[in-house]
Amino acid sequence: MIFGLSEHDIISIGLTAIRTLVILLGSVLVAAMMIWVERRLLGLWQDRYGPNRVGPFGLLQVVADMIKIFFKEDWIPPFADKAVFVVAPAIIMLTSMLAFAVIPFTPTWTVVNLNVGILFLLAMSSLGVYSVIFAGWASDNKYALLGAMRTAAQMISYEVFMGLSLLGVVLLAGSFNLGVIVESQRGMWNVIPQFPAFVIFFLAGCAEIHRAPFDLPEAEQELTSGYHTEYSGMKFGMFFVGEYLGIVLISCLVTTLFFGGWLGPWLPGFVWFALKAGFFMCFFILLRAATVRPRYDQLMAFGWKVLLPIAIINVAITGAIVVAQS
Amino acid sequence: MKNAAQNAISATSGVLRTLGMTFMHSFRKRDTIMYPEEQPYLPPRYRGRIVLTRDPDGAERCVACNLCSVACPVDCISVVKTEDETGRWYPESFRINFSRCIYCGFCEEACPTYAIQLTPDFEMGEFDRQQMVYEKSDLLISGVGKRPGYNFYRVAGMAVGGKDKGAAENEAEPIDIKTLLP
Amino acid sequence: MATITIDGNQYDVDDTENLLAVALSKGYDLPYFCWHPELHSVGACRQCAVKQYRNDEDEKGMIVMACMTPCSDGGRFEIADKEAAEMRSQVIEWLMINHPHDCPVCEEGGECHLQDMTLMTGHTQRRYRGPKRTHRNQDLGPFISHEMNRCIACYRCVRFYRDYADGDDLRALGSHNNVYFGRDSDGALDNEFSGNLVEVCPTGVFTDKTLGAHYNRKWDMQNAPGICTHCSLGCNTSPGSRQGMLKRIQNRFHGEINHYFLCDRGRFGAGFVNRDDRPRQPLVRNADGILEPRAMDVMRDTMESVFAEAKGVVGVGSPRASLEDNYALRHLVGAKQFSNGMSAPDAAASRAALAVLENHSGQLATLREIEECDAVLILGEDVTQTAPRVALSLRQSARNKHHEMAAANKIPKWHARAVRDIGQTHNSPIFSATTHATRLDDIVVEPYRARPNAIAALGFAVANALDATAPAAVEPLDQDAQAFVDAIAATLKGAKKPLIIAGTSLGDPSILAAAGNAMRALRTANSEARLFVTFNEANSLGLAMMEDRDVDTAFAAIEDGTADTLVVMQNCLYERAPKARVDAAIKKAKNVIVMDHSLTRTVGEAATHVLPAGSFAEADGTLINNEGRAQRFFQVFIPDAPMQEGWRWAQDLAEVAGHKPDWIGMDDLIAAIVADMPQFAGIQDAAPSQSFRKFGMRFPRSPHRYSGRTALYANVDVRERRPEVDPDSALSYSMEGYQGVATPPALMSYAWAPGWDSNQAAITRFQDEVGGHLKGGDPGVRILRVAAGHSAFADATIHPVAGWQAVPIHAIFGSESQSARSAAIVERMPAAEYRVNPAAAKSLKLTAGDTLELAIDGETHAFPIAIDPSLPDQTVGVPVGMHGVCGLRLPVEIKP
Repeated sequence: MIFGLSEHDIISIGLTAIRTLVILLGSVLVAAMMIWVERRLLGLWQDRYGPNRVGPFGLLQVVADMIKIFFKEDWIPPFADKAVFVVAPAIIMLTSMLAFAVIPFTPTWTVVNLNVGILFLLAMSSLGVYSVIFAGWASDNKYALLGAMRTAAQMISYEVFMGLSLLGVVLLAGSFNLGVIVESQRGMWNVIPQFPAFVIFFLAGCAEIHRAPFDLPEAEQELTSGYHTEYSGMKFGMFFVGEYLGIVLISCLVTTLFFGGWLGPWLPGFVWFALKAGFFMCFFILLRAATVRPRYDQLMAFGWKVLLPIAIINVAITGAIVVAQS
Repeated sequence: MKNAAQNAISATSGVLRTLGMTFMHSFRKRDTIMYPEEQPYLPPRYRGRIVLTRDPDGAERCVACNLCSVACPVDCISVVKTEDETGRWYPESFRINFSRCIYCGFCEEACPTYAIQLTPDFEMGEFDRQQMVYEKSDLLISGVGKRPGYNFYRVAGMAVGGKDKGAAENEAEPIDIKTLLP
Repeated sequence: MATITIDGNQYDVDDTENLLAVALSKGYDLPYFCWHPELHSVGACRQCAVKQYRNDEDEKGMIVMACMTPCSDGGRFEIADKEAAEMRSQVIEWLMINHPHDCPVCEEGGECHLQDMTLMTGHTQRRYRGPKRTHRNQDLGPFISHEMNRCIACYRCVRFYRDYADGDDLRALGSHNNVYFGRDSDGALDNEFSGNLVEVCPTGVFTDKTLGAHYNRKWDMQNAPGICTHCSLGCNTSPGSRQGMLKRIQNRFHGEINHYFLCDRGRFGAGFVNRDDRPRQPLVRNADGILEPRAMDVMRDTMESVFAEAKGVVGVGSPRASLEDNYALRHLVGAKQFSNGMSAPDAAASRAALAVLENHSGQLATLREIEECDAVLILGEDVTQTAPRVALSLRQSARNKHHEMAAANKIPKWHARAVRDIGQTHNSPIFSATTHATRLDDIVVEPYRARPNAIAALGFAVANALDATAPAAVEPLDQDAQAFVDAIAATLKGAKKPLIIAGTSLGDPSILAAAGNAMRALRTANSEARLFVTFNEANSLGLAMMEDRDVDTAFAAIEDGTADTLVVMQNCLYERAPKARVDAAIKKAKNVIVMDHSLTRTVGEAATHVLPAGSFAEADGTLINNEGRAQRFFQVFIPDAPMQEGWRWAQDLAEVAGHKPDWIGMDDLIAAIVADMPQFAGIQDAAPSQSFRKFGMRFPRSPHRYSGRTALYANVDVRERRPEVDPDSALSYSMEGYQGVATPPALMSYAWAPGWDSNQAAITRFQDEVGGHLKGGDPGVRILRVAAGHSAFADATIHPVAGWQAVPIHAIFGSESQSARSAAIVERMPAAEYRVNPAAAKSLKLTAGDTLELAIDGETHAFPIAIDPSLPDQTVGVPVGMHGVCGLRLPVEIKP
């Protein structure tokens, strides 16, 4: 007994700590590797090679980029609000990584098995908007501020349908616990009964992490990179990695909520999870390679006039069916 | 309503089709090559490193007329004219600041003597920017480049060493001003 | 006035003009070759073809030459007409048939009227494939290169050279297709205005040889508005430079002074700026008598101790330096210790001239006005040699008779050939009294030769003949002379616009007094009467206005011990006083500080401290020309050496000497001059101030296609230099700034207009009408106040010399000290010789070529003698300013 903890408790705490570390590091590593994957895949779909010089297949390009970005001058514009400017990129990393805590990669590999897992996820992704607004505001730059304003409107809007779309899944599983939701899909993946919810969630997720085609907050052509115009060096690096963490997170969530998470025959659960999540990560990249950015008003109209009604109808129908079955 | 549905279908299928088309590029041949292991083919009129050529008789083609210099949009050519004892114009110095050059080829287009030519050589990187300043000795080659056979002074009316008045192409003998014969 | 229609637009135009001039004035692009605003029309080149319609109903029209078509009322013309345009392009194609395809190696390229015209007519492809006619070239001397192959036979050269400048040795030779423009044989062109051929020739037949030696294109020049410093007329020039080297002098149009033409001294005399022997850093003479270079800051300390130890400082100004330089020196040494730097006779004559100018300041002629005068009396001045551009204007005034005769026969003045044919040899009268034969004698009625004092006597006699109250000279003139005087007086009285010319070159104040009296007598009868006075140097009048004390007062101060330090501003003491006196003063003076731009004898032999001052090309300044016009010249380039303007040196010295001036920049300095010396009020308006901008922009020194900026100095450092900022003027040291017709004329560095690259044609776009005045007014301000009422006649005092007398013989190439340092001018310098008439030679028992050793003003020179029958008896003509003869106070009595 140490500090009133039993041996079993200590082992369990130690294991949780190790799991936490592995999951956090793993997710950041995967996010970093996504940079390379994205560049290679974009190259592939644009009939060129992409980075292929550093290490085998250019795998160490990320390392080279990291070294470069670490040694760049850590510059803060003299006109910027210094404290907020520094905090902003940290927030996006923090919220993205916290969100990973509730994702069940396998029945045993999860940092914390929350019974309100989905709510926690939504909360974390809502906090992410602060990062962008802080960055845009602190930069004291018109493009940055425009980007931040777009982000605020876009993220808050799409969160609504994101949450509504998940209600169907919750109704079917009868729980907010992600592990329970995965288990509830043993018979049939949620993507089949909840197909509209899947589409809405995927699109909303895309907007939530402002990936192409919903990357209006950082539209290079119009806003010279939007909210992170003034960022460089490692602070920019954190925004950059934060964005890829977002991709990984949404991919994991889609896998968990709609594609049965670790469930699958023959292979170990984690491999199934990784394959499914990897597929969606690549799909995000394909989406960027193939689609064009909508106009800002089109984006909002699409959200409020199309996705919101569909999401509400979906909840209503699912609720009716669930009530009828019970 | 019907219209909206049609719109929705066509928009969705459009996005899906784009996704599919883009994905099918995975199986295409790459347009880029693995330079420098693999060298690209550059046509002779490619606009790379600038050279000064010589005429078929081995003399400098450049007559220091300064037209390249004035045509240059980045003002990176400086030519100083001088003359030999026979009155032939040639550049005393010819300097190109390649760190400014944009390889637009205007100089080649402006050159009335085919002296300045762009070549298919683009590997000009240097670690020291000062090394990008090319003087006449760096630019002058011993060949005629892309224009064999042309010699400006064979066409122009000025008398220079080895070519008297009236000796150029399509020129009559100098007139005798003392004669009044028709 | 007449109302005509061009391309459907109605204009009220001057009906005495031809259509071409009017069309150009109205801004039309109409090509031409043989026409020139000053040479007028001959209709030879057939290039300016336009369609003329008889009336509003006429639809067919006929092709006419615009230059030969009067602008009669109701005329209807089409320039854009297809048929006329086609004719113009065919004419140029035909003119170009033998053109030799050598623009890349032609000095005219880039400012070539022929190039402009081919482009304007659209003839861009040669169709002719047959053999081209060729010519052999001639060596035309150190000024002009000759490349006859380029000739299009427009005859402009001979029309300028022979018909306008009255030259004789350039002519059209050969016949039919073999016409050749050249001399009978190789040799330098004899006329003093041959340099204008460079600009008059529309192609590259005549080009500037001094430019060719270190050539660059017009678009690569860094120019500035310049004022010629080689005589007192103040012709406007446009010096061009590149990479810190002065390349050439071009004419800068000034509607009142030089308009389209310069003299050869002005055009080719600037080579001294590029001399290797110029002092280019501060120098101090060491114990061995050798000048050693010093760094700027070291020199400053040295000067501080020099001034601390000085027991009295005297300053010697200079009539060839700007007002600013002289005023700054005056501030440094104190008004009482400042001398105007002129020799005693020059100062006396200049003072007399100033007095005359002030009395008649409402009656002063401009060079342009001289061309309108129909009777001229020249007193003593050999203008071709001392103020050459006047001679060209006088030649036009002689032709007023032609215009008068033509007008009587209803021939318009622009009909050049007809006017000439009707005028033949009938000239307006020009009387000239000089010491010896001059180059103007061919248009002078009965040249009168006499010694200076006799010339003055003649002047007084003319005044007396014009107005009996004017005093005549004490000694009565002989009968012939009296008859001559009466003839002059009658002619001047009968003239519509009579003119009297006098000058200071003979160093005799009584000549100027005589001219003043004659003017005084003339103007009571005719308010149109004009006076023109020439001075010896570019700023002689300015210095005469600034200071009365001549250089001798400075020597006196040294000699009597009241001062031991001499500060000299851009002056050579040896040019101002005899050698013995200068040497004595220098020996006595402890320090001789010289600020100058050339290795003068003073710099080389006398100076203990040399401060390299900028020449006209490296400094800004104001000069007062002979008619009292203040004109600003601007720095052309920044020298790559520790040099600065004379006034900046004087300012620095004043600071180390303990009386720092309260002016800082050029504008401040000018304001200080005006505040201190009210006689100069107005000079601040000679040019816009440093802060003047157009649309917030400065005015460029270089044309917009200035090339090579990122490569010029790339061999030194690949990083481009920061553009220089001009602290003294509104000009910029680049092609950046406002470029257009609203440029103030005083800030026009060069002339260029879209489609018009050649200097003489492009300027049209900046004139109120072709050949008229510049838009916005010709630059410069006349600062002499108009005197109220009539002054009294001056006393007719003359100082006759009984025995032998030495008189100065000036030469256009050589007598002016700055141009005499230019290589091209040196080649044309006359031989060293004394001139005497045959009787004098006989009495000296010498024949031509014998060496005469002569003691003049305490100095002895031995030269061969030349027989010049035009000189008066017992008179020796002495070459001045060259061959070591300088500083002599001529005229002076001698005992050979």
